[in-house]
Amino acid sequence: MKRQSYDGVVLTAPVTVPYVRYSQETAHWWIARALRGALDKAGMSPRELDGFSVSSFTLFPDTPVGLTQHLGLTLRYLDTIPMGGASSVVAARRAARAVQAGDVDVVACVAGDANRIDSFRRLLSSFSRFSMDAAYPYGYGGPNANFALLTDAYMAEYGATREDFGRIAVAQRDNALRNPDALMKKPLTMEQYLSARPVSDPIALFDCVMPCAGAEAFLVMRENEAERRGLPFARLDGTIERHNAFPDDPIQLRGGWAMDADELYEMSGCAPGDIDLMQTYDDYPVISMMQFEDLGFCAKGEGPAFVRGHDLTIEGDFPHNTSGGQLSVGQAGAAGGYLGMVEAIRQVTDEAGPTQVKDAARALVSGFGMINYDRGVCSAAAIISGGNA
Amino acid sequence: MTSPLKPPKKKDPQKRSIVPTLPPLGRSRAALGLTVAAAEGRFALQHCAECGTVQYPPRDACTHCLSVELDWRDTPTGGTVIAETRIHASPDPYFRERLPWRMGTVKLDAGPVALAHLHGDVGRGDRVRLSLHLDKAAQGVIVALPTERTDVMEDDPLMRSLTAHPRHRRILITDARAPVTLPLIHALQKAGASHVFVGEAEAWRRWPGRAAIAALENVSIMPLDVTDADSLQSLAGEIGGKTDILINTARFIRPGGVLGGDTVFARDEMDVNVLGLMRLAQSFGPGMAARTADGTNSAAAFVNILSAHALSPDPGYGVFAASQAAARSLSQTLRAEFSHSGLRMMNVYVGPTDDEWHQPLPPPKVTPAALARSIVDGLIEGLEEVYCGDVARDLAERWRRDPGVLERELTGGGA
Repeated sequence: MKRQSYDGVVLTAPVTVPYVRYSQETAHWWIARALRGALDKAGMSPRELDGFSVSSFTLFPDTPVGLTQHLGLTLRYLDTIPMGGASSVVAARRAARAVQAGDVDVVACVAGDANRIDSFRRLLSSFSRFSMDAAYPYGYGGPNANFALLTDAYMAEYGATREDFGRIAVAQRDNALRNPDALMKKPLTMEQYLSARPVSDPIALFDCVMPCAGAEAFLVMRENEAERRGLPFARLDGTIERHNAFPDDPIQLRGGWAMDADELYEMSGCAPGDIDLMQTYDDYPVISMMQFEDLGFCAKGEGPAFVRGHDLTIEGDFPHNTSGGQLSVGQAGAAGGYLGMVEAIRQVTDEAGPTQVKDAARALVSGFGMINYDRGVCSAAAIISGGNA
Repeated sequence: MTSPLKPPKKKDPQKRSIVPTLPPLGRSRAALGLTVAAAEGRFALQHCAECGTVQYPPRDACTHCLSVELDWRDTPTGGTVIAETRIHASPDPYFRERLPWRMGTVKLDAGPVALAHLHGDVGRGDRVRLSLHLDKAAQGVIVALPTERTDVMEDDPLMRSLTAHPRHRRILITDARAPVTLPLIHALQKAGASHVFVGEAEAWRRWPGRAAIAALENVSIMPLDVTDADSLQSLAGEIGGKTDILINTARFIRPGGVLGGDTVFARDEMDVNVLGLMRLAQSFGPGMAARTADGTNSAAAFVNILSAHALSPDPGYGVFAASQAAARSLSQTLRAEFSHSGLRMMNVYVGPTDDEWHQPLPPPKVTPAALARSIVDGLIEGLEEVYCGDVARDLAERWRRDPGVLERELTGGGA
C-alpha cells in the first residue's frame, strides 16, 4: 500500500538548551527548559498544550507519566520514545500522524538528559539485558568497544583508513567552531585526530562523543496553526523507521536505512542529489559513513571515497552535521537523537544563524540508536523541507 | 606468542596486598546456564527444542520460532574472529586495572555471533576454538582460543585470571596419608607448582609412605589435623599467607548403613568430612580470599574431594554418604562466601576409590593417580565442578535427569 503523505502537518519551534559537560540538574529540569523554550517561541502556555513526546534515559524513577504532574500538563497524547539516536525521527512521524488525524492539536517533542559525575557508568550498567549478560563482562568498553569492533570490520572489509574517518570528525569541528553552544571550542587538525590517545583500537579520542547534559525540542502542529502563530516551519516529506534490520549479518556493516531508503525517497518525491544538507547520527564517524552509503549518496563500501571527494563543512559541497554534531557539540543522552533534527529544522527555515547553509531548502535527518548487544538496533530517517520550498 | 611467566619474586610482607576487584557480576537468569556449563568445563549454548536454532546471548524464547523450549546442549566449539579491539579505557574498576584488554566478535560455526575474550595468540581472521570459563566474578564467559596448542598458552594473563593453574603456585594438601596425596604431589609439580605443603595428623603415628614424600624436593610435611582447630590456626599463622591452592584430601570412611552403624564412626565421619572442611575454611579461607589479586602466585582455589554419593546415597555407605551430602552443602555456602573475592571453590566428585574401604566392590574404581589427574586438570581448566571417573560421571548424569529415579535405583528398586 502506498504510504499517505504528511500533508498539512509541520515541524516548528526548534529549541536547543545549551549543553553542559557535568550538571547537578535533573532530566526534569532540562526537559522543562526545552519545553518552555519551544512553547515561548510558539506563544503558547503549558495549559494549552495537549500532546507531549519524551525521550530520556535519566528520568528514573519517573516516566513521562510522572512528568505530566511534575510539569503541570494536561494531555490527550503522551508518548515516550526510548530509541536513543533514532528518537527524534520516530517522535516526529508518530506525532505527525496523530496531529493529522485530529487526535491531538500540538505535540511538543522533547529529549533531555542529566549528566552527573559517574552517571554515565551507572547508565551503562543497566542499559540492556544482552549487554549485561554478553557485552560488559568482556572488558566493559561500553559503546566505544562496540563501535571499535564495527570500525575494525568495516576497515578490513572496505579498506577504509583512520584518515577517512578523520575527515568526518575534522569537518564537524570546523562547523562547531561557528556554533557558540558546542562544547568543543578548539580547532581540530587531521594530525591531532590521527595522533590522539587510543580509546579502543582502532577508535581514538576524537572518534568518541563527550557525554554531557542538555535538551532539545520542537513542536508538531497543523500547518494553518503554525501560520496563525506566525511560525516558520518545515514540512515532513517522508520518513522511515526500522528495528533489528539484517539480523543475520554477522557484524553491522549496514543499518536499517539500506532496507528502506528507496521508500524514503519515493515518499519524499526526491533523490539523494536533491538533498541540500545531511544530519547523520554521529556517535562515531564509521556510522555516519554507513549512513552516506545506506541512504544512497554512494554505493556500499564507497564511503571512504565519498568523504575523500566531498567537502563536509557548512560551505562545502555536502554540508554535514552543520552544528558540529555530537562529536563536537556533545552527546546529551537522548537529546543526541534530537540534535540533527532540531538543527535541520533551523536550517530549512533559515534560522540557523552562524551555521546557516546558504539556500538550504531540503534536509535529510537520520537516526541510529541503542546498542542492545553487538550493534545499533534502531534506525530511522526523515526528509524535511522549508515551508516555502 | 605468549611469553612464559617468570617465577614471582619474594614478597615484602610490609607491602599492601592489592584489594581484589571483580568483573561485572550481574546476569539474567537465562545467562546462568553459561556459568553452570563453565563450572563443568563444557561449551553449552541454548538450542531450540522445536527448530534447533542455537541461541546466543541467552534468551527466554527462540529467536527463530518463538518456542520457549530452550535446552542447554553441548555445542560445536569452532568459530572465526571477524573483528577485534584492544580496549584502552573502561569505567569498570576490574578492567581498568588490567588495561589494555583485548576482545573480539566471533562468528560461531553453530550460528550465532558472540563477543568474546581473545587469547593473546588469536586475532581477526583466525579460526578459533571457543570455550566457556569462569571469570573472577565466578560467571561463565566465552573465550576464543587458538585451535592448536601454542607455547605456554596457559601463561597468557587472561588465562591466568580464568584458571587456577598450579604453575608458580604454592599448594597445601591437607592429609599426607591419603592414597591420592603422593600422585597428586607429582602431578602438581609436573604442572609447575613451586612448593607443596603436606599436612600430617598425629605425627607420632608411623605410616608407610612417609619417607617417600619427605624425600621430595620443594615439599614440606607440616603438622595438620582437620579435627583440631588449634593445629589449624597455628599452621595458618605459619603458611596461610602463602597458600595459593588448598586441596582437602582428609577423609574418614567406614562402610555400613544406619541401622547397624556405630555412632562413634559416624561422629568421626562428620568431624573429619564436614566439620574438618568448616575448620579448614575458617582458618585458611579469609586469608586466601584476601590474596586473590596478588600477582603470579595469587590465591586461586579451595579444592574439596567428595564422593559422588553426596548427590544420592549408596546405602552400603549410608553415614559416609550423609557426611558427603553435608560437606557438599557446606561447600556451596563457601562458594557463595568466596565469590566476593574471586577465590574458586572446586568440588571433585569421585566414585568408589581403589582403596581398602572399597575392597569388596566391583570395578570400575578410581585409582589415586586418576583422581590426582582430575584434580590438576580441573585447576588448569579453572573448573568448579569436576566429575572423576565413569561412576561419578554416570551418577551425576542420572541425578541431573531424575534425582527421584536415581534414589530408587540406588536403594534397590532398579532392575
